[in-house]
Amino acid sequence: MATTATVHAHAAPQGFIRKYIFSLDHKIIGIQYFFLALTAVWIGMFLSLLMRLHLIFPTASLPLIGEIKPEQYLSLLTMHGTIMVFFVLTTAPQGGFGNYFLPIQIGAPDMAFPVLNMLSFWTTFVAFVVLICAFFVQGGAPLHGWTGYPPLSAVQSAGPGEGLGADLWITSIAIFCIASLLGALNFLTTTLDMRAKGMTLMRMPLTCWSWFITAMLGLLAFGVLLSAGILLLLDRNLGTSFYVPLVVVNGQIMGHKGGSPLLWQHLFWFFGHPEVYIAILPGMGVTSQILSTFSRKPIFGYKAMVYAMLAIGFFGFMVWGHHMFMSGMSPYSAFAFSILTMCIGVPSAIKTFNWLGTMLKGRIRFKSPMLFAIGFVSLFVSGGLSGPFLAQPVLDIQLHDTYFVVGHFHLIMGVAAIFGMFAATYYWVPKMFGRMMNEFWGRIHFFITFIGTYAIFMPMHYLGIAGGTRRYSQYTEVAYLAKLQPIHVFMTYAAIITIAAQFIFVINLFWSIFKGPKASDNPWEATTLEWTTATPPPHDNFNGVTPVVHNGPYEYGVPGAARDYVMQTDPAISSAAAH
Amino acid sequence: MATYIPTRAIDHAGHDQEPPSPPQSGGGEGHGDNFPNYGARLRRARLGLICGIVTVSMLFISLTSAYIVRRGLPTFDEVKQGYFRDWGEVPLPWLLLAINTAILLLSSITMEGARRAITRRAALAPVESIPGISLGEEGSFPWLAVTIVLGFGFLLGQWLAWGELKARGFLVNTNPDSSFIYLLTAAHAVHLFGGIVAMLWAGITALLHRPVEVRRIAIDVTAWYWHFMAVLWIYIFALLGLMR
Repeated sequence: MATTATVHAHAAPQGFIRKYIFSLDHKIIGIQYFFLALTAVWIGMFLSLLMRLHLIFPTASLPLIGEIKPEQYLSLLTMHGTIMVFFVLTTAPQGGFGNYFLPIQIGAPDMAFPVLNMLSFWTTFVAFVVLICAFFVQGGAPLHGWTGYPPLSAVQSAGPGEGLGADLWITSIAIFCIASLLGALNFLTTTLDMRAKGMTLMRMPLTCWSWFITAMLGLLAFGVLLSAGILLLLDRNLGTSFYVPLVVVNGQIMGHKGGSPLLWQHLFWFFGHPEVYIAILPGMGVTSQILSTFSRKPIFGYKAMVYAMLAIGFFGFMVWGHHMFMSGMSPYSAFAFSILTMCIGVPSAIKTFNWLGTMLKGRIRFKSPMLFAIGFVSLFVSGGLSGPFLAQPVLDIQLHDTYFVVGHFHLIMGVAAIFGMFAATYYWVPKMFGRMMNEFWGRIHFFITFIGTYAIFMPMHYLGIAGGTRRYSQYTEVAYLAKLQPIHVFMTYAAIITIAAQFIFVINLFWSIFKGPKASDNPWEATTLEWTTATPPPHDNFNGVTPVVHNGPYEYGVPGAARDYVMQTDPAISSAAAH
Repeated sequence: MATYIPTRAIDHAGHDQEPPSPPQSGGGEGHGDNFPNYGARLRRARLGLICGIVTVSMLFISLTSAYIVRRGLPTFDEVKQGYFRDWGEVPLPWLLLAINTAILLLSSITMEGARRAITRRAALAPVESIPGISLGEEGSFPWLAVTIVLGFGFLLGQWLAWGELKARGFLVNTNPDSSFIYLLTAAHAVHLFGGIVAMLWAGITALLHRPVEVRRIAIDVTAWYWHFMAVLWIYIFALLGLMR
């Protein structure tokens, strides 16, 4: 429903470069982010495949790569984690889908600051290129893991990858911080100031809430990582001693003294734990959206979902110390961090039960987006249940730095978030590119990936409980770990099959973009604003008019309505009929 | 059983129908996108600035926490085989820093002058556009140019202060105190230089004869940012000066 004709901030560009490369259009920028993340995820996945192959064939010489040495294994591990956390889990859900759909879902013609938006993407791109360059410099990529703990990360002579490769790694992260801050600023301003008439905060789709809260987390967290990174660069290159105590490397006393590696850990995890929610919150948003749409029911407890996300974001800043139980922190501090961490279980449980309540007695349409959304819930529960184990300092003494942790965070932060992205892709590609994705191959992709991810990551919990340490490049030489080798073999074959299934996805995606059946404006019979406009949306999103919103975002099964959904722009339904 | 009574046929795309009366309440406050709505753009720019200030504040809050933590850490002396505090007190060039502070505060005043002048011009712009109406020749003081000069003056003063520290034998890696002095002042200087770039951009918009409302937005947000830079410097100065 339109009211006022509007003039868009910037005219539709004509030339290829302004239209597709240095575009100011949030939709193009969203697609750019999406494909950047898609490129990054394939690189990150390839690195994980190399690691898994090395773990079961530690002395094998791989074609074109040769034998993977222990330090190279650590480089693979570092780059896999960094690429996945920053350039996939942070980039695609927020920069990709958020950029594309936030303005449309709130009825705006673009983001608040289109130029900043473009700069944000290209800064991210530069950060990615700088990171990849670390592979090709002398010494190769760094060894210190995505968490970059000093003194390993702060002393240039600490290892072959800790020279220029580590400098590039830190520089890349610093650039990425700036890009993310620009993006967060844009998301917050857009959400607060550019909502269409009638789009109250409590009428926003939960996707918008999730992007909004994610932006708040990013705004508060990335500045801290940036400052931590600057200190690390100074320690490495100017001889300061922020993080580095008196250390001896290869028999030589370094020039540092008095610094504290724990200072880095505090600063890093003050960013690092909110980062987990930066990765997962958008997945929660899109899952809520899809479960409601495909269950043909309003979301169960809309306000509770909003407050739960806010609570998760708030607690996310209070719990960084649970990553440091083994650092020698005071037991009283550990107790506080432990209690606060377990508090996060409350809003998480609210969300989970609300998702189940949404599906309960729904007329469920088991389309590909719905399957992946259900998969998200499953993985969120499976990965989340191991959280309270790790949140207890006594148990963490046993489980810290074991495969239990690897299994936990991959399920809840990695794969659950990826399932959110898959769900979003199957759900929104018809709107983004005007073509439907193949449903049959979508389902095949789902079932292989769903079973495959459980096959990879559930055994890690057993490995961890049995004392299987993480980050070792070779377990065959350690007597008690060698007995666990068959589990590694199983996980590697599961990984190979799961990775193979991703070819189905990417072929389906590109085939559908060019050859898929044309999508109607509202193929899923959904209610939010992106489905009121043309497919794909015009340059200014609503063809020169501003939508007016009268209803909430999840009005399905309204009694007395002519059909089973009422769009947000439809005439207002009576409050008695509204859910 | 509630009943849904459509007031009109619901079309599939929700388009091409007569609009209903807009809701009286509603969030979004229903601004939509009415370019060129300079009031909305100014509000949006200020909102973005607030987000930016939050971010810069987080950067300095984390540096402050690092400062406090590092200050309290003992270090091991390999010769004496014992722990001691290696913080090291750096004698600051107080007079120079005080002069710099005065320059920055003065620049904040001149920046406010620039902001108020452009606000006044923007407010009177519609009156001036009426044929036959003249407000007379209003003498305009170059507030922005003076602020830019003072901004560079502050940076020059900081440079001299670093030179003074260097002359006294304190480099960035001499001791933790000197490390933090260089770090905090440099981080502030980088952000302040960003403010100078914004002022130069605002000046260029004047040379390009952009509408006065556009220039007002640029100067307004730059002014608030500049005031924040002044407050931030006083905070840093107090941190370095009082925690001795």
